[in-house]
Amino acid sequence: MSWWDELANNRVIQQMLPEATYETVAMVAVSSLLTALVGLPLGVLLHATAPGGLAPQRVVSSVVGVVVNFGRSVPFLILMIAVIPFTRWVVGTSLGWEAAVVPLTLGAIPFYARLVETALREVSPGKVEAARVMGSTRTKIIGGVLVREALPAIVAGLTVTVIALVGYSAMAGVIGGGGLGALAISYGYQRFDPSVMIACVAVITVLVVAVQVIGDLTARRLDHR
Amino acid sequence: MSEPRGARPQIEPQGARPQIELRALRKVYPTPGRDVVALDGIDLSVPRGAIHGIVGRSGAGKSTLIRCLTGLERPTSGSVTVDGEVLSDLPESRLRSARRRIGMVFQHVNLFDSRTIAANVAYPLEVAGVPKAQRAVRVAELLDLVGLGERADAYPAQLSGGQKQRVGIARALATEPAVLLCDEPTSALDSATTRQILALIRDLRDRLGITVVLITHEMGVVREICDSVTLLEHGRVVEHGPLGEVVGAYGSRLARELIPVPDLPLGDERSLVEVAYSTDDVATHDVLAAVADLGTQVEIAAGTIETLAGRRVGRLQLDLPADEVTAALGRLHAAGVHAEVATR
Ligand SMILES: Nc1ncnc2c1ncn2[C@@H]1O[C@H](COP(=O)(O)OP(=O)(O)O)[C@@H](O)[C@H]1O
Ligand SMILES: [Mg+2]
Repeated sequence: MSWWDELANNRVIQQMLPEATYETVAMVAVSSLLTALVGLPLGVLLHATAPGGLAPQRVVSSVVGVVVNFGRSVPFLILMIAVIPFTRWVVGTSLGWEAAVVPLTLGAIPFYARLVETALREVSPGKVEAARVMGSTRTKIIGGVLVREALPAIVAGLTVTVIALVGYSAMAGVIGGGGLGALAISYGYQRFDPSVMIACVAVITVLVVAVQVIGDLTARRLDHR
Repeated sequence: MSEPRGARPQIEPQGARPQIELRALRKVYPTPGRDVVALDGIDLSVPRGAIHGIVGRSGAGKSTLIRCLTGLERPTSGSVTVDGEVLSDLPESRLRSARRRIGMVFQHVNLFDSRTIAANVAYPLEVAGVPKAQRAVRVAELLDLVGLGERADAYPAQLSGGQKQRVGIARALATEPAVLLCDEPTSALDSATTRQILALIRDLRDRLGITVVLITHEMGVVREICDSVTLLEHGRVVEHGPLGEVVGAYGSRLARELIPVPDLPLGDERSLVEVAYSTDDVATHDVLAAVADLGTQVEIAAGTIETLAGRRVGRLQLDLPADEVTAALGRLHAAGVHAEVATR
């Protein structure tokens, strides 16, 4: 029997891989969406309140900066365990992919916020100055100039974040988050079925490549420089 | 040495209020350690429809001055009046609408890369709340005005440096401002493109009657389009006046830089004497005759004669024995010719 037949006829793969893939995709998709929704405004806040920004606010800037740095420095495995009570409070349980979304999102937000801030910093201050001379308000400048001009980099940052989330989602499987990670651990590792392990790795690789390709294409379409 | 004539107050057209007026303008940047006095008591007025150049070394305060004119920078003291509106008194919300009366052109153009040329020019109109249909009409008009009607749908990255600056100018003119401020608009351009952009600015002034303040460190730009000029140094006005007066103020730094003569090597026991004149005061052949009278030991080592701001002006470098300098200066002055030992 060839290695391919072995993979294709493996009962565990047949029965559990589709479900695990769905869980991973769902977990990553929902946490990516939430991360983008919170991380983007947070990145804008970091940029705008920084010294020399559109609305410098020393206190806000340092408080948010410290929180974000703290969030980024906590190892994901520890964060996952530490937020279990919070997860239970939000989702009602600490098991399943829905529960895994909570630590994944909490871990990714500060990461993405910093990437957004970096992207915004690359927008030349001259463009902001030009918009101000033209009578634009700070709020309009944030959306119409800063974020818009940085959009290719913001999308590239989101691509990096989503790929990181795919990786972390596998780790979330370890503490009952489900998905491809859980499948790989319980069958590939604990029952030592290399076929399951290979299948999981293959699907994860395909997911990562797909995210990268879609992200790159989107960023390129948005980039007119 | 003659008094620099440029130091006289500028002559305003009868009865007209100056379009731009700065009174005792002072700007101090508080920085850790020591305060930076960027502008130190600037008085300046620019009449309607004039092109006024501001020159000075890097750090002289030129950009700070122009930022005060846009209201982006609040003066520490003194007043800024543009088109009858005292900007230095306005709250931020009123300043935003006042800025529609001011257009600004930047050295690095600062177009928005994510928008097409048309969308860039439309931006100030969008900000001003002009309805979309009207915006489209106005944008087409503006792009035609700067000769880029066909490139409306291109992105800035697809244009050359000169074309980008044309778009920058179109954008600055979108809200029909009374004043156009230009901060080193040609410093990033080659000389042929520089001339085209300057010609465009002059043409726009002629057609629209707009008042222009133009910052530059290139004297060629001043010679090419300015009606009047201010020399800034350490945040102070050192010399200023209409171009014609400034070039006639023989001893002035502006005159020297506007009508340059080359630096010359000097032999042992020799000195350089600089002669400057305007044909309003003395004819070229009289100057040359006075120089010839100094004798064969005196050589004309370099010289320029040209017409600038409607005035024919000349500058000569005389190479002569060091011990004849005093006598030569005396004889030239007696002949009514301005002369001094060249400073180098
Ligand atoms: N935001 C600022 N904070 C502190 N110092 C400044 C600031 N902007 C300008 N300066 C200082 O003010 C002086 C004038 O600067 P600027 O107006 O940019 O000169 P220029 O445009 O003639 O080169 C310089 O010494 C500069 O370092
Ligand atoms: Mg400058």
